[in-house]
Amino acid sequence: MKKEIDDGLLRDPLCVVNVGLEGFAADLEAQGLTVTQVDWTPPAGGDARLADILSKLGT
Amino acid sequence: MERIEQANEEAVGRMLAADPVLIDVVTAGDVIDGLGEKVILHAGPPIDWADMCGPMRGAITGIAVFEGWAPDLEAAEEMASAGAFEFRPNHHASAVGPMTGMTTLSQPVMVVENRKYGNRSYCTVNEGLGKVMRFGGNDAEVLDRLRWLRDVLGPAMGVALRDTGGIPLKSLVARGLTMGDEMHQRNVGCSGLMLRALAPALAKTSTDTKALSESLAFIGGNDQFFLNIAMAMGKAIMDPVRDIDGSCVVTAMSRNGTTFGIRVSGTGDRWFTAPVEMPEGLYFPGFTEADANPDMGDSTIVETIGLGGFAMGASPAVAGFVGAGTAADAANYTRTMAEITVGENPEWTIPALDYLGVPTGIDIRLVVETGLAPVINTGIAHREPGVGQVGAGVVRAPMACFEQALVAFAESVGVA
Repeated sequence: MKKEIDDGLLRDPLCVVNVGLEGFAADLEAQGLTVTQVDWTPPAGGDARLADILSKLGT
Repeated sequence: MERIEQANEEAVGRMLAADPVLIDVVTAGDVIDGLGEKVILHAGPPIDWADMCGPMRGAITGIAVFEGWAPDLEAAEEMASAGAFEFRPNHHASAVGPMTGMTTLSQPVMVVENRKYGNRSYCTVNEGLGKVMRFGGNDAEVLDRLRWLRDVLGPAMGVALRDTGGIPLKSLVARGLTMGDEMHQRNVGCSGLMLRALAPALAKTSTDTKALSESLAFIGGNDQFFLNIAMAMGKAIMDPVRDIDGSCVVTAMSRNGTTFGIRVSGTGDRWFTAPVEMPEGLYFPGFTEADANPDMGDSTIVETIGLGGFAMGASPAVAGFVGAGTAADAANYTRTMAEITVGENPEWTIPALDYLGVPTGIDIRLVVETGLAPVINTGIAHREPGVGQVGAGVVRAPMACFEQALVAFAESVGVA
C-alpha cells in the first residue's frame, strides 16, 4: 500500500529532535539544520543487572 | 509494584505531616544515651581513626582538649591513635552535625521536637564561618568560642526557648524559601527570622546585659546560624520515616569526609557507602582545589528533605556563591531533582518556579534508573587539620550508594 508523503515535510525548514548518539545531531547541525538533542541514557546507565531489577520493581 | 508505591506514599506522607519545633538547648550528655566520657559523635557513617581525613582528625583532637580529655592536641592525637576514644555516628544517636559534626557530652545541643510523631533530634549550635571546629579548626580561638557557646549562648537560648514554648520551623522555612534561602549554603533569611523570634525572649529572660548583647550580636552576625537548626529539623522529620516495609525512600544521606552513606526506609538502619566525591566550587582568596578536602558532614539531611541543592531554584544567590552558574541553572537543578523524588512539598514552595513545591522523597529506583545523583550544596574544608573552611561548592552523592541500596532493597521485597 502506498502511503502519501506530506511534501511540506521536505519543503519547509526541518526541525529535528535526536534521541541517541549525539553524532547524528552534530552532523545535521553542521549542515545548518536546527537540532534538539534529547538528554537520554539507557536505564541504570546500561547496567543489565540493575535494569532487570528496576523492571521488576517498577517505577 | 503497588506495594512499593503505597509504602513510598506513606513515607512522603510522614515527611509532609511532620511538625518540627525548636524547643530547647540542653547539654548533650543529659539527653543523648551513652554520650559519656571519651565518646565522640561524628558526621557520616561509621569510621575508624585510621580512615579519618585531616579535618576530621583535627576536630577530634580539638574536641578532646575542649572536653579536658587531653592536655593538648598532640596528646589527643596519641590517645586517638591508641584507641582511647569511642567514635559513633551522630545518626546513631538521634543527632546530626555539620561537616566534622563533633558532638560530645558537655556541648550544648539544640532540640527539635517533631510534634506529630513525638520524636526529638539534636544538633550543636553553629559556630560561624572560617576557622571553626566543624571545618577542622582546633586552635585556642576555636576552643574559646566553643566554651562561650557552652557557658553563655547555649544556656541563654535554652531559657529563652523554654519561655517561648517553642518556635515552629515549618512555616519559618516556608518564608525563608521566599527570601532566597535554600537552607544549606544560604540561611540569611531564616537566620534573621530566627533572631526575630528569639530576641524578645532572650531579652526577657536575660539577667546579664553584656551576655545578652554578645548573644544577639553572635546570632545576628552569623549568616549560617540557621543551618544547624535546619539539620536538626531534617533529622526530626526523617526519623519517623525509617523502617517502612517496602519503601525505597532515602531517610538519610551523610558523609564523614572519607565515605558517603545513605539509608533507605525499607532496609532499616543499614548504611550503603561509597567513597566521597570532591565538590566543584569557588574558593576563598589564597586557596585552590589542591587545598580541599572531599565532601563531608551530616548536613545532607537538608537535601534529604528537599532543601539545599534540591531547592536551589529558590536561591539564585547561592548558585553564585557555590559556583553553580546562573539563576536558570539553579532552577534546572531543582527541576532535575524532581525527576528522582516521589512528590513535592506543597508547603515549601518556590515563587520563582511558579510556586513549585520542593522535590520531596528521594526514590532510589529513580536515582539509579535516570543516573541523576542527588545534588548537594556544601562548604569545603581544608584537607589539613586545623585550617578551617576554604570554599563552597556543589557535589553529587555517589551513584554506587544507590546501586548497592537498590540491590539490597530488591532482596528485601523478594526481587532478587
